[in-house]
Amino acid sequence: MERQADVVVIGGGITGTAILSELARYDLRCVLVEKEPDIAAGTTKANSAILHAGFDAPTGSFKANMNVKGNELYHELEKELNLDIKWTGSFVAAFDEDGIATLKELKARGEANGVPGLEIWDGDKVRKKEPNLSKDIKAALWAPTAGICWPFGMAQAFAENAVINGAEVLRDCEVTGISVKDGRVEAVETSQGTIKTKYVVNAAGVYADKISAMAGDTSFTIHPRKGEYVLFDKTAQKTMVNGVVFPVPTKTSKGILVCATTHGNVFIGPNAQEIDDKEDLSVTSAGMDEIFAGARKLCPEIPGGAAITEFAGLRAASSTGDFVLGKSKVEGLLQAAGIQSPGLTSAPAIAQYLAEIIVEETGASKRSDYKKGRPEEPVFRELDDEAKAALIAKDGRYGRIICRCETITEGEIVDAINRPCGARTVDGVKRRTRAGMGRCQGGFCGPRVIEIISRELGISVPEVRKDGVDSYMYYEKEGAAE
Amino acid sequence: MSEMYDIIIVGGGPAGLSAAHSAVNNGAKKILVLERDREAGGILQQCVHNGFGLHHFKEELTGPGYAQRCYDLIKDCPEVEVLVDTMVLEVRDNKEVIAVNPQRGLMKLQAKTVILTMGCRERTRGAIRIPGYRPAGVYTAGAAQRMVNMEGYIPGRKIVILGSGDIGLIMARRMSLEGCKVQAVLEICPFSNGLTRNIVQCLNDYDIPLYLSHTITGIKGKDRVEGITVSKVDDKMRPIPGTEFDIECDTVLLSVGLIPENEISRELGVELHPRTNGPVVDQHRETSLEGVFAAGNVVHVHDLVDFVSDEAEIAGKYAALTALGKNVKADRDLQVSPGTGVNTCVPQHLRLSSESEAVRLFMRAARPMRKVKLSVTSGEQEVMKKILPVVKPSEMISVEIPAEKVSALSADITVSIEEA
Amino acid sequence: MATEKKVLNCIMCPMGCELTVTIEDGAVTDVTGNTCPRGAKYGRDEIMSPTRMLTTTVRIEGGQLALLPVVSSSVLPKGRILDCARELKKITAKAPVKAGDVIAADILGLGVDIVASRDMAAV
Repeated sequence: MERQADVVVIGGGITGTAILSELARYDLRCVLVEKEPDIAAGTTKANSAILHAGFDAPTGSFKANMNVKGNELYHELEKELNLDIKWTGSFVAAFDEDGIATLKELKARGEANGVPGLEIWDGDKVRKKEPNLSKDIKAALWAPTAGICWPFGMAQAFAENAVINGAEVLRDCEVTGISVKDGRVEAVETSQGTIKTKYVVNAAGVYADKISAMAGDTSFTIHPRKGEYVLFDKTAQKTMVNGVVFPVPTKTSKGILVCATTHGNVFIGPNAQEIDDKEDLSVTSAGMDEIFAGARKLCPEIPGGAAITEFAGLRAASSTGDFVLGKSKVEGLLQAAGIQSPGLTSAPAIAQYLAEIIVEETGASKRSDYKKGRPEEPVFRELDDEAKAALIAKDGRYGRIICRCETITEGEIVDAINRPCGARTVDGVKRRTRAGMGRCQGGFCGPRVIEIISRELGISVPEVRKDGVDSYMYYEKEGAAE
Repeated sequence: MSEMYDIIIVGGGPAGLSAAHSAVNNGAKKILVLERDREAGGILQQCVHNGFGLHHFKEELTGPGYAQRCYDLIKDCPEVEVLVDTMVLEVRDNKEVIAVNPQRGLMKLQAKTVILTMGCRERTRGAIRIPGYRPAGVYTAGAAQRMVNMEGYIPGRKIVILGSGDIGLIMARRMSLEGCKVQAVLEICPFSNGLTRNIVQCLNDYDIPLYLSHTITGIKGKDRVEGITVSKVDDKMRPIPGTEFDIECDTVLLSVGLIPENEISRELGVELHPRTNGPVVDQHRETSLEGVFAAGNVVHVHDLVDFVSDEAEIAGKYAALTALGKNVKADRDLQVSPGTGVNTCVPQHLRLSSESEAVRLFMRAARPMRKVKLSVTSGEQEVMKKILPVVKPSEMISVEIPAEKVSALSADITVSIEEA
Repeated sequence: MATEKKVLNCIMCPMGCELTVTIEDGAVTDVTGNTCPRGAKYGRDEIMSPTRMLTTTVRIEGGQLALLPVVSSSVLPKGRILDCARELKKITAKAPVKAGDVIAADILGLGVDIVASRDMAAV
């Protein structure tokens, strides 16, 4: 099947979905292709989930500009797209005079980058806000505009907004080639056929170099840098932190931090390992030890028993050291590559930057029937008793609790599957609804979620996947007898 | 004003059903059992193997058979109503119970007493921190058991089981009967955590190797499990470098322990015990909140459902008496503490009066021991002793203090186990 | 006269008594360590002709669940357990079923019935 598009966005992470949503404001036919069964399957699903204030990156860099602009934009988008964000502010904690000197440098740089409200607090003032932090912390840089968020939910929101405005999201759709004619992109070849297009936006995360090379631009490479994390249950928050606490940064990373999540959990991590394998999401014993040791410096009482899961994410670090953004040497190919931290914060700014280029070149006008926001997401556990009763009266499936740890109803799971760009996998349901994210990690609800996915998508139970392309979960019994 | 129930029972597994039956026998007139699953019986419905009921029903039953027995005892009782597909969201300390189901919507129910019988859940991979990828093919043994025994699918064809708890052992046999190959059972402890009979009939019968003092130190496969790396562990359960070997498998089942499911209890404000992870209870299974009782795996994880029923009958009886205003006020409150060689002991205290009845204490040993003396002391005085040929942490021990000795008790109790 | 002692764990109940079975010239002459007569019988049988109960599931049509748990009405030869399990994969029961209903009579001609473990209402 051959499709026609004005723009093909490659990669369904936070960057790709933000771009798709921005482009959907205009009269453009947009298609996003994602090789995994769901969006936000790469870097977006496993990172520190922080909306940075913007004092880390060198002044004048894409990273600095996009970060500060992106942070501002999220303050606006938050309500429009109903994003899960908490503006907690962040600390960078220093333990000695050298560290304090670094804080002063960060503050000066932040101010040059345009970050508002930066202050250096003494240790006691810091501990008044975060009482469980180490007594050894002498001072910290306070950044009030930083926040925490649920990155998957933001990518989901962008994708949903784009889809209700006519954009198409093709998942399980791997790019196999890009046709270029006379120095201009012409089509994208995918596992689901050819898509003729005027523009290609490369937001392919750790594979952005490979995609770029398909079109003939080999001006940069991407080096995955793995970060491992440990997530704690909600009981951990009272002995840990309510916001974001970094150590003084090193050259390669912002260090191992202790951070709350918007769902009331706490995580620690990441470490930083240069790796070759772009799929290496394994967690290691050594990594776990490193993270615990690092985090204990900031927050001495880390309840190991409250750990519910550990995971790893890949940062897509580019060979240029900065984001690779904008036009390439191939006409029609726009780059959104090397999007490592602060990529999450920068996504809406990157989206505007790239959309402007396309709009300017094509002269596309604003869509007259543009719909703001996205369909409402009922969240049963957050309703008061009357609203709960009303919801169940309307649809009995909201009276059937499937995930008992997080109080998620069948109604919410069905909604997650049937929404625009809805869930198709068990982890997709989990990320949209939190079913299976609690203490039992899907022990009780897993089988029932599988049953609901199978029913709603009209596929057999053995066709239901956990997350990845080949992540089939259960098999027919007969086969085993042979 | 909503209807007033004598007793609302949270959970319709064997504990909830046994408590309801006992409550009827003790005069309660209006009992409501709330069960979240599509039918009553709890986790027993997926435990299709036998070995249940020898103590309680004096007959060997399968899990579903035991559940049916429990259910049959109450199904025709006009005093008892069972609501399935119903989840309790909250129990308030005035014994108001908030629950939902698809037909009745949000229910606000009022009871004189509440019995907590929510059972337990399985420990997960996160709680034990297995390194490696996070592919499909890693399941808790109980989740896999439900798929195999109730839904009709298998989790894979080449299986490794981590943990030698009973569910893991039972699943080893179950998967073998389904035609799957069980490559190994790994246990991080130097001893098995399951019943001996299950080692014999679930592993030895099927030539499945059990590796003691071994654990998984790596999982291979990005989308689906392709194999694991196993290491021997030292006496502090740390992997010993250089002892690694690989096992090919497409499935890892985790049977690494059970945890009482006490979120409702915690929010209600019931005092929980740090070692059992369940409510602190007295001999009537009354918790720290008056009129709130608890029984079964929610109090402490049992290895035999028979003892769950026994315990639930106690809770059902005293919840009924409390609801009817017939409970005798206690005049003294004695602590029961685990001493040497004992890890946990339930009940944790005795609220005694002149009319107190015999009391049974349930213990778990701290480690496997042979030829032991179990002794119950009250202050300086030895109240009871029992010689046991063998004790294991995996097998709960009980001792009954006769009524006449109970009424004479006046000082706190300690239970200890020492090798003779 | 050849005397041999074998140590076994009884599986008749969860106590798991450790049995010592004395075998003289291929015949069991003594069982010790058992708490009850079932243990003595188990010790003897386990040496001479080991047996096991079989519990498994069969598919069921028209029932509230997809599977019906079943159990052998008495013990089967240990060596035939897997054969019986395989045979039961071919069987589909029909709801309604009552606990104790025979689902497969005289399985593999071994003189043992396979019966339902529980009731299963029709839907």
